[in-house]
Amino acid sequence: MSDSDLEAFRAETRAWLEANCPPEMREPVRDEDDIYWGGRKATFKNDAQKAWFEVCRDKGYTVPAWPKEYGGAGLSPAEAKVLRQEMAAIGARPPLSSFGIWMLGPALLHFGTEGQKQRFLNEIARGEIRWCQGYSEPGSGSDLVSLQTFGEDKGDHWVVNGQKIWTSYADKADWIFCLVRTDKDNKYQGITFMLYDMASEGVSTKPILLISGSSPFCETFFDDVKVPKSYGEDIPAQVGEVNRGWDVAKYLLGHEREMISGADGGNTGTIGAALTRANGEIDPVLRAELAQFDVDALAYGAMGEKFLDEIKVGKAHPAQPNMMKYAGTELNKRRHELIMAAGGSHALEWESEETSGGKPSRNWLRTKANSIEGGTSEVMLNVISKRILDLPGA
Amino acid sequence: MPLYYDDDQTMLADTASAFMAEEGSIKNQLRHWRDRNCKDGFGHALWKQFAEMGFTGMLVDEDDGGLGMGQVEANIVLEEIGRNLTPSPFLSSSVLAATALKHGSNDVKGRWLPDLLSGDKVYGVAIDEGRKHRPERIACKAEKSGNGFKLSGKKDFVVYGASSEMIVVAARTSGSDDDADGVTLFAVPQDASGMSHDSVRLVDSSMASHITFDGVELDGDAVIGEVDGGRDVLNAMLVAGRVGSAAEGVGVARGAMDMTVDYIKQRKQFGKIIGEFQALQHRASHLYSEVEIARAVTVKAAQLVDGGSEKADLMASVAKAKVAKVAGLAVREGVQMHGGIGMTDEYDIGLYMKRDRALQEFLGDQYYHAGRVAEMSGY
Repeated sequence: MSDSDLEAFRAETRAWLEANCPPEMREPVRDEDDIYWGGRKATFKNDAQKAWFEVCRDKGYTVPAWPKEYGGAGLSPAEAKVLRQEMAAIGARPPLSSFGIWMLGPALLHFGTEGQKQRFLNEIARGEIRWCQGYSEPGSGSDLVSLQTFGEDKGDHWVVNGQKIWTSYADKADWIFCLVRTDKDNKYQGITFMLYDMASEGVSTKPILLISGSSPFCETFFDDVKVPKSYGEDIPAQVGEVNRGWDVAKYLLGHEREMISGADGGNTGTIGAALTRANGEIDPVLRAELAQFDVDALAYGAMGEKFLDEIKVGKAHPAQPNMMKYAGTELNKRRHELIMAAGGSHALEWESEETSGGKPSRNWLRTKANSIEGGTSEVMLNVISKRILDLPGA
Repeated sequence: MPLYYDDDQTMLADTASAFMAEEGSIKNQLRHWRDRNCKDGFGHALWKQFAEMGFTGMLVDEDDGGLGMGQVEANIVLEEIGRNLTPSPFLSSSVLAATALKHGSNDVKGRWLPDLLSGDKVYGVAIDEGRKHRPERIACKAEKSGNGFKLSGKKDFVVYGASSEMIVVAARTSGSDDDADGVTLFAVPQDASGMSHDSVRLVDSSMASHITFDGVELDGDAVIGEVDGGRDVLNAMLVAGRVGSAAEGVGVARGAMDMTVDYIKQRKQFGKIIGEFQALQHRASHLYSEVEIARAVTVKAAQLVDGGSEKADLMASVAKAKVAKVAGLAVREGVQMHGGIGMTDEYDIGLYMKRDRALQEFLGDQYYHAGRVAEMSGY
């Protein structure tokens, strides 16, 4: 696409956003219910949220880069970037947030059958089904491949038994994409990536209260859950082949790590100026720390940009997401330590209007999970040692 | 512009990498000249080869006989210089002085550029006036005298000053020491009477001068750019020099890291290769991440310089500060992971530590540049 075509697309996009994005949807997200997750049980917070979602859905802008036949807008990477830039310029909220978009979708686009793509991608794009991810188990966190949840082959269906943990929003999800052991003798090639309904008999969830006082995570239990092997012609219940789910899981973890690392540029902002403005006098040593942080954040921003540029042309090292995840999450933890330090006693308030219900301290506590979820920092460093530096025995 | 090299730049990187590893290696250059206590601190024959490769005039416009390339290309060469610790006046002569001369009149260019391009002469820059880099303050004075100027004052840290046929000097022609206006740049010839050098060897075995100007008489045609209006050119020099020095620092960091990772893959202790120990693996992997980030922001800064972006100044300081931190980490981890052998002169890792220390100080250290980032961000 030529530069002039791209500029025409930019002008068109700007006009479309101007006409279609309600003013209320150009405000920063303040609360959980400012985010629309879709799904069977979804309700809209207000008319503006509904209107913004529906107009984006109809144009394919919930998943702009997906092909049109799967509910996307079929934008090229360059066009998708323009759309992101123009949305960012007016502070537009994402019309739909979902693990279906971020995680299952990319896996289906890569590994799914045509039937699976037609059905599930369209459902995801239209926000009809809210998905959760069933990966971690008690005892199988960083050593994910040791998972024990077992699906017994019963001919036309499996019977699944076991327990998952850290299943984000499992209590609000409609369906789960779940790693299930289907061969006990084969560690890596004995896992199947299954899709099934959370309303199935035998599925139950229980929230886990976190140190931040909130609970996006759940424990999820499967007690003789019957999972059919097929949902129709060319729609198998598993993604990829039976027993080869680890390939799908690994692919997907790459996406998750990019997301958590904020490689899309969402987490690379500087904080010194805003914190100094908001909190008044800052001790000189803290000011110096803020300056050092801003240097690191801006440098990491450049790395994120380079990483995305290289991914587009296939130049990125396959283990590079691990490095981005490691550096990004450590940086984010440091960011929130500094926000707490600059905010002083006001940032400690757990419940107050000024802090919108303890935002600074709750967010600070939440970031401690960044270097644990999606693979710990230590695991990331192991992967870099092994796959990039080629260190012995790593 | 994507943040990776295009085809031409990749080709240049391959060429520069092979050339520097062969001709500019530690053994052939740094150790060779150091062990002979060379008064220049670098080899002129190598510098002539730089000229033959076209490196000396990379930043000189094509109309003026150069290659008309940009900061990204100069940085490619600098990263290889850093990797091989190649002593050369590339940064001071072909980046800083060349950037100054770019803004000179045709007479100034005509007088100085041919020898810079041919590699026959090298040039230096005199900016700092104290032990730390504070270019906001210029006290060195150039008073009007007849048709020209009379230069008085002192300059520090003039890299390869004694070997430089001409030195670009930032001096004050009006106003007070801390004013932005009133600064003028002069091309001062080596043989100017009243200029004295105190040339000293630095920790990395490079040479630098303290220079005293005692009523040095200069013609009007020694002026580079506008009288009293030299600050913009000085800033352009500083940005180019800082981004260039960041690139050399990335090279130093990568050289030290590669040598260290290689070493821990060989060295055995407790019946194991030490690279098998997770305590070392995690530190090496952390270092790798940091070096990648430092490299990314340096390429970004160079692209912004070439694009004439107003963000170039900020990103130059970010790059310089980030690289200084990371290269410092690389050389410290390098010496530590090498163990006792890392403390010996025989092994090269210590040479990286020395070069890093000198490079960090050149054109502002990490504290100076982090402070600038804060100021430019409004706090």
